Amino acid sequence: MLRFFLSTIYILAFALIGLAHDNHDHGDGHATICGEAAHHEFNAGDNAIHHISDANVYSIGPIQIPLPVILYAPDKGWDFFMASKFHADLIGHGDGHVAYNGYVLDGGSVKRIVDAGFPAGEVQISGVIHKDVTMANGKEQEAAFVCYNNNLYKTDAKSTADAGLFGGGITSFYDFSITKNVTSMAIVLAFLSWLFLSVARAAKKNEGKAPTGLQNFMEPFVGFIQDEVAIPFLGDKADKFLPFLLSIFFFILGLNLFGQIPFFGGSNVTGNLAVTAVLAIITFFITNINGNKDYWGHLFTAPGTPWFVKLILVPVELLGLFIKPVTLMLRLFANITAGHMVILIFVSFIFIFGKSGESIPGAMGGVVGAGLLTLFMMAIELVVAFVQAFVFTILTASYIGAATEEHHHDEEHAH
Amino acid sequence: MGGSIVAIGMGLAVIGAGLGIGWIGSSAMESIARQPEAVGDIRANMILMAAFIEGAALIALILSFLVA
Repeated sequence: MLRFFLSTIYILAFALIGLAHDNHDHGDGHATICGEAAHHEFNAGDNAIHHISDANVYSIGPIQIPLPVILYAPDKGWDFFMASKFHADLIGHGDGHVAYNGYVLDGGSVKRIVDAGFPAGEVQISGVIHKDVTMANGKEQEAAFVCYNNNLYKTDAKSTADAGLFGGGITSFYDFSITKNVTSMAIVLAFLSWLFLSVARAAKKNEGKAPTGLQNFMEPFVGFIQDEVAIPFLGDKADKFLPFLLSIFFFILGLNLFGQIPFFGGSNVTGNLAVTAVLAIITFFITNINGNKDYWGHLFTAPGTPWFVKLILVPVELLGLFIKPVTLMLRLFANITAGHMVILIFVSFIFIFGKSGESIPGAMGGVVGAGLLTLFMMAIELVVAFVQAFVFTILTASYIGAATEEHHHDEEHAH
Repeated sequence: MGGSIVAIGMGLAVIGAGLGIGWIGSSAMESIARQPEAVGDIRANMILMAAFIEGAALIALILSFLVA
């Protein structure tokens, strides 16, 4: 019964996506310079990138919950306010109707109006449109323009620290807001803290007895990391690094699984380059701070090799020092982002087959197809969530193990 | 035009990684069939090696993104 109920809700939710998009298109019909906004074509790729990006609103289903906004612009100073100042629709796509202090909310993200002549304070705007502009380096790039008083004001790209992969980048302002990803991280952290504190309390109380309940559920995971990851790679130093390995495993696993919950934020935290970069940097520092004499000796002198091999080997080893955390960062980011994107492209089938609400039979076919394909993809993503958390942990353990290993001299020539 | 050349590059990177991971998978399956009792060790090492190959493919992928 419960299963039937859940699957009905699942299919209904897909049908609702079709309706929501239909409504959205009829929303902005202005006969002004912004009129072209109403005639945008549906682009599955852009739509997917919009949904996996970080946002200044938290979306539960179609409802957009405003989050605190913390902005800093070098020429303007700090701005603290709630995203509700932008007067975005509660049910919609997070497009603000009000510009506040030269900032607008576009597709859930805060953007800054470049033109210094734009009035400060709360200003009613008639919409935001997207156009391709030619950049200084000759490339075409999409930019957002704010319509106000029948004029177009260009906005800067949103402020992100992911090297501009998804249209953001370091711009004229810095966004330190409590974004959707930060909120998701806080929720997952609170849940993990509660989970492990209660399990630890139970473990202390039940010492010597068989584990029960939650403790019984968590112990195999902890034991798995200890026996399969920490001890084989770290040997007698396993106890020293086990807390770090467990934290990183459960943090990544928790965020991976949290991002899988449909219609609840859909946050893509571990698929955010900045987040995985910080995780990889932590691994990089822990590895190199704990690196012993043998590790650094091997790195700089490559013992047991002729001098001309050393000339090649030492630079390669030094490069490898930095390539390791970079691949760690990219692997997690690319796997989780790819999974989210594939699911979103499948959902986009509804609009592609339904021609954005024109063809209802096409949309219904799309709903069934997208529902089944998404279910299949989510099953795969569930495995990927575990595998990627495990891979990040096991690679971290192997890097730390290689840096702290005590070398025996008869082994050295084998390297 | 730039986009299609990048697509070819991404495809080539994925062919290489696919061959590599497929090879690891086939050898791991063979080893498990030969020594079913070592399945835990083989599986962990298989995932680790696949992750290394994936890393090379990912660098190619991200570089092609940056060029695009």
